[in-house]
Amino acid sequence: MPEPTVNTAVRQAVSPVSWRRRITDHVMTGVAVLTVVLVLIPLVAIFGYLIYKGVGSLNWAFLTHIPVPEGETGGGMANAIVGSALILVVASVIGVPFGIGAGIYLAEFGRNRLGSAIRFTADVLNGVPSIVIGIVAYAIVVLSQKHFSALAGGVALAIMMVPTISRTTEEMLLLVPQALREAAYGLGIPRWRTTLSITLRTATSGVITGVMLAFARIAGETAPLLFTALGNEYWSGRLPWNSHWQRQPWTLGLDQPTAALPLQIFKYATSPYDDLHRQAWAGAFVLILLIVTSVAAVRYVVRRGTFGAA
Amino acid sequence: MPGPQPVEGTKVTSTSADRATPLLQTSGGEVPDRVFKSAMTVCGLAVLGVLVLIVYELMSGSRLSWHAFGFKFFGGSDWDPVNERFGALPFIYGTLVSSLVALIIAVPLSVGVAVFTTEMCPKALRGPLSFFVELLAAIPSVIYGLWAIFVLVPLLSGYVQPFLAKTLGWTGLFEGPPYGIGMLAAGIILAIMIVPIISSITREVLMVVPQHQREGVLALGATRWEMIRVGVLRNARAGIVGGIILGLGRALGETMAVTMVIGNRPEIAKSLFAPGYTMASVLANEFSEATGDVYLSSLIEIGLALFLVTIIVNALAQLLVWTVTRGQPARGHA
Repeated sequence: MPEPTVNTAVRQAVSPVSWRRRITDHVMTGVAVLTVVLVLIPLVAIFGYLIYKGVGSLNWAFLTHIPVPEGETGGGMANAIVGSALILVVASVIGVPFGIGAGIYLAEFGRNRLGSAIRFTADVLNGVPSIVIGIVAYAIVVLSQKHFSALAGGVALAIMMVPTISRTTEEMLLLVPQALREAAYGLGIPRWRTTLSITLRTATSGVITGVMLAFARIAGETAPLLFTALGNEYWSGRLPWNSHWQRQPWTLGLDQPTAALPLQIFKYATSPYDDLHRQAWAGAFVLILLIVTSVAAVRYVVRRGTFGAA
Repeated sequence: MPGPQPVEGTKVTSTSADRATPLLQTSGGEVPDRVFKSAMTVCGLAVLGVLVLIVYELMSGSRLSWHAFGFKFFGGSDWDPVNERFGALPFIYGTLVSSLVALIIAVPLSVGVAVFTTEMCPKALRGPLSFFVELLAAIPSVIYGLWAIFVLVPLLSGYVQPFLAKTLGWTGLFEGPPYGIGMLAAGIILAIMIVPIISSITREVLMVVPQHQREGVLALGATRWEMIRVGVLRNARAGIVGGIILGLGRALGETMAVTMVIGNRPEIAKSLFAPGYTMASVLANEFSEATGDVYLSSLIEIGLALFLVTIIVNALAQLLVWTVTRGQPARGHA
């Protein structure tokens, strides 16, 4: 008589779950929800404070003036904003071509031992603490130039950009269908032309995403700038809009110690003056605005950009 | 590729690409091609070069300190720039303890968030939720520090630390004056910073657990939590540990936020309320002002130690995550 045995097995299987197991289930769901709430609290608190304190502290002087002597109120971070922009441009000019180039190598020529070695190295570099990169930029650039400079800061940040950009570029190029390359070869187009105007072009939006992510990551970096760009209370170059600008030829001051937004935030936040605290919040707000804008741009590009089989 | 000819796959197509090259030689495509390939190779080699450069600069920079102190450098606990006596133990201790505190707080939170987003929450909430958590990763370290100084630290000294001292003071971990600034604050801010890393990797790992694994456990009559515990978490264990170690790697090297709240005193204290110092923050604070070759060299040696530790930790993590997500087409490595 097989009927009863099946029946008990089925009954056991579908029998209402014991209350203990059911309670555990509910409790664990509750715990999971709780963790989400606990994680979102700091996020909300940080953005809340940034907006509340940042917008309140932001004013025209902050954007157009340079710091005033310690203890006085007023002044702003104009030189730090320009300095940050300069350092980021230097970093991008060095880091982006190398990053994309390395990515192209990995995707198109890197199916070998050297390729794997480079891939592994890029991943390792990604995990190196930024302050260590700062030491290296100090040793290479600052020691040979004999003084701190925007260039040294740019080199440090460029080193941080390359691994991210090269890995995302590689991933994006590999997504481009092989048939597209073959079609180009079939038309007699040389390999370099195919890579640049067919493969890379098809993957443009993905590559840009990688670049922007790397940019967003380095834009707020402070540690590698501490002993490379160092910071500066004044303008570091003679620019058309600053007091150094008279009848002399203008210079960017790339070889001079340069102020940067993150450095200034660090310095002001740890200072004892209330007015500087206020400016630190304003600086943080400007910085986060810069980063959120670039991250949003990334998401926009990603959503709009569809290519190949991806 | 819905081509008419039944070709065997990518292997053949790549050789056909190679075969196309000789044809191009006649049309003068060879030289630019070679130039292009060398240029790209140079870019790739630059990545290797940077790593070699880092190792070389750190080693040559720390030679002086290595000759002066040897292995005792890592066991010594005085930090006396005036008499040029340097020991890195307080910094190593501070780095380890602050990272450990961060992990203790961050791991349950991150795993909880990952489980919730992959297994429990409605599909519509999934995207926004992970976006918000990842937004935490986009905030620069210095802004975490700023927030910690003006919001977290007062909160700790006003409410949390007196409470901890009263309830758990007997353990010796929570005693002393509640300044707010100190090891505990550093650990908490680090925890907030590594949650997005651990949770995003955990989520990635949970998502590669095959769906029939879940269905199988549910079909046996398990509740949802039992399904998650037995069918999902147990399968993803190695990957989750990898994510945790990756978070640890980040916490060890984190500089600015920690420097701003840890108190920066090279002391070894049992209480988490006491100020401390980490390897990264001593570099941040003292590197540009280091006078004397041995002083600078000692700092670089700390940098070298930090570099080696983070590399080992990261390699381990990569390996663990890789063992779980291997063979997944979702990662884009065709």
